[in-house]
Amino acid sequence: MIVLQTKNLTRNFGGLAAVSNVSLEIKKNELVGLIGPNGAGKTTLFNLLTGVYEPSEGTIELLVDGNLKSIGGLKPYTITNFGIGRTFQNIRLFKELTVLDNIKVGMNQNINYGVLTAIFRFPKYYSEEKRVHEEALKLLEVVNLVDKKDELAKNLPYGEQRKLEIARALATNPRVLFLDEPAAGMNPIETQELTDLIRKIKDDFNLTIILIEHDMSLVMNVCERIYVLDYGKLIASGDPDSIKNNKKVIEAYLGED
Amino acid sequence: MRKNQFTKTNLAWLLVIIGSYLLINVLISAGVINKIYQTVMLTIGINIILAISLNLIIGITGQFSLGHAGFMSIGAYSAGVIVKMMDGAPSSVYIGMLVGILISIVVALIVATPTLRLKGDYLAIATLGFGEIIRIVIQNMKITNGAAGLVLPKLIDWPVVFVFLVISTIVIVSFTYSAYGRACISVREDEIASETMGINTTKYKIMAFVVGAIFASIAGTLYATSFYVIKPEIFSFNKSIDILVIVVFGGMGSFTGSFVSALLISVLNTSLQSFADIRTIIYGALLVLIMIFRPQGLLGKYEFKFSKLFDKFAKKEVRQ
Ligand SMILES: Nc1ncnc2c1ncn2[C@@H]1O[C@H](COP(=O)(O)OP(=O)(O)O)[C@@H](O)[C@H]1O
Ligand SMILES: [Mg+2]
Repeated sequence: MIVLQTKNLTRNFGGLAAVSNVSLEIKKNELVGLIGPNGAGKTTLFNLLTGVYEPSEGTIELLVDGNLKSIGGLKPYTITNFGIGRTFQNIRLFKELTVLDNIKVGMNQNINYGVLTAIFRFPKYYSEEKRVHEEALKLLEVVNLVDKKDELAKNLPYGEQRKLEIARALATNPRVLFLDEPAAGMNPIETQELTDLIRKIKDDFNLTIILIEHDMSLVMNVCERIYVLDYGKLIASGDPDSIKNNKKVIEAYLGED
Repeated sequence: MRKNQFTKTNLAWLLVIIGSYLLINVLISAGVINKIYQTVMLTIGINIILAISLNLIIGITGQFSLGHAGFMSIGAYSAGVIVKMMDGAPSSVYIGMLVGILISIVVALIVATPTLRLKGDYLAIATLGFGEIIRIVIQNMKITNGAAGLVLPKLIDWPVVFVFLVISTIVIVSFTYSAYGRACISVREDEIASETMGINTTKYKIMAFVVGAIFASIAGTLYATSFYVIKPEIFSFNKSIDILVIVVFGGMGSFTGSFVSALLISVLNTSLQSFADIRTIIYGALLVLIMIFRPQGLLGKYEFKFSKLFDKFAKKEVRQ
């Protein structure tokens, strides 16, 4: 079953086609890798899929309630509420909020009390905040950050900030999760933990995951299928083995260094 | 245990409110707080309401507004006009306040809706314009008696200001410490990340702006009905800056800071009243000094909370 597909998706910045004519299909519960040299357009593609940028051309469709729905150009918050979650390459946590509150912001759309209940502290406020508190703690357990729950997000070490971003994305209750270079800046041990974490959340949260990553061993290790972007265009797709031996891919990467 | 703590902190705050009310009463009847100090108390109370409501917009939500005095003038003149119409009947204060609130909501929506859709500091420009427009409108209307302003009877005293100070604080602080406040802070911290969390950032920006405007308007009504005279010039751009200075001095995002700073600055202001010219200089110097030595303000983002205090005690007990 297709959960997400694009057709001829294009985004121009001035004269530059950062994403050019990209058509792809993601199936339910797949773990798909998106690779390519620096500046290939991977992050821009994520930004299109999550509504941060509007497409210049082409369509994006997401499976919503059993039907493919066009989401191209919708606002990010609408798209998130349709079930897409994401992390950012350049970490974008709410730095001055605690670790726990970062998660609670992610759960915001799923908190059920009105402004008046908040202001006058009706019982519903306390019961909802209690539920949110407990669920947020459970998400922190998944990424092993319960001990740090009261720290400000900005005070976490780099690797933990990346994990917190993943937990925060999970808090929005996504069906499809985009991870933009989650292993960037991590040491090999942290990367191994991250690999396990990605596998675990995919199963436990019944997710479809699309992963941008520079760490080739991680990509080849966890991804079932890989798309390769170069200069905004899709130049290859397939399973890890076929990608490893693909001539165009090798050339693209050789050109980089 | 958690539930317990909520009620415990609520109780502690209730005691603080009742305690300070009784204390002020005792001090007044003992003659420690004389008539002059009572007037200063009114100023402090009104300034705190102005500061915390602006802090919600600027410090919590991160939207730069320069029009707070404009909303204050709406509250002041709504009350002024209605007090005149009702010949100073006591209820005219509250009818005027309500009218002021309604007008402020409508005006806040008109100012905020087009500008807060955009990312960037367009609100500052729009509110700057709005503040001047509202002043010119008031200056040229018959019902507001133009530049001469309105002379009004004194209809309220410190207990009324005290009650509204308590209400304002409860509403604004409860709003901030809820899912709504968390959403507002997330907008301040990172608008794109906030949207990606499913949050309609425009909605929360407008919400904070409107709530802030409502309480600025209430402060205006309190001012008009306790200080005899309202004139357009009282609510000029300078007044918006005065309120901003209180917020920045206390710490953007700290309501405790706004309380402390409103208190200090109101006292300072009153003692400098006879030196109106130096006042501006001292104000300017103060601002520069804050920027240099404590850009985060007196208290930064610190907030006094009973729950923290109780946690500390609980931990000490465990250790012993
Ligand atoms: N907002 C933007 N404005 C102009 N150019 C941009 C913008 N975002 C990305 N680009 C350009 O698009 C290209 C692709 O960038 P990006 O998607 O970040 O690449 P990748 O994530 O694959 O490294 C780069 O040349 C980059 O400079
Ligand atoms: Mg990138």
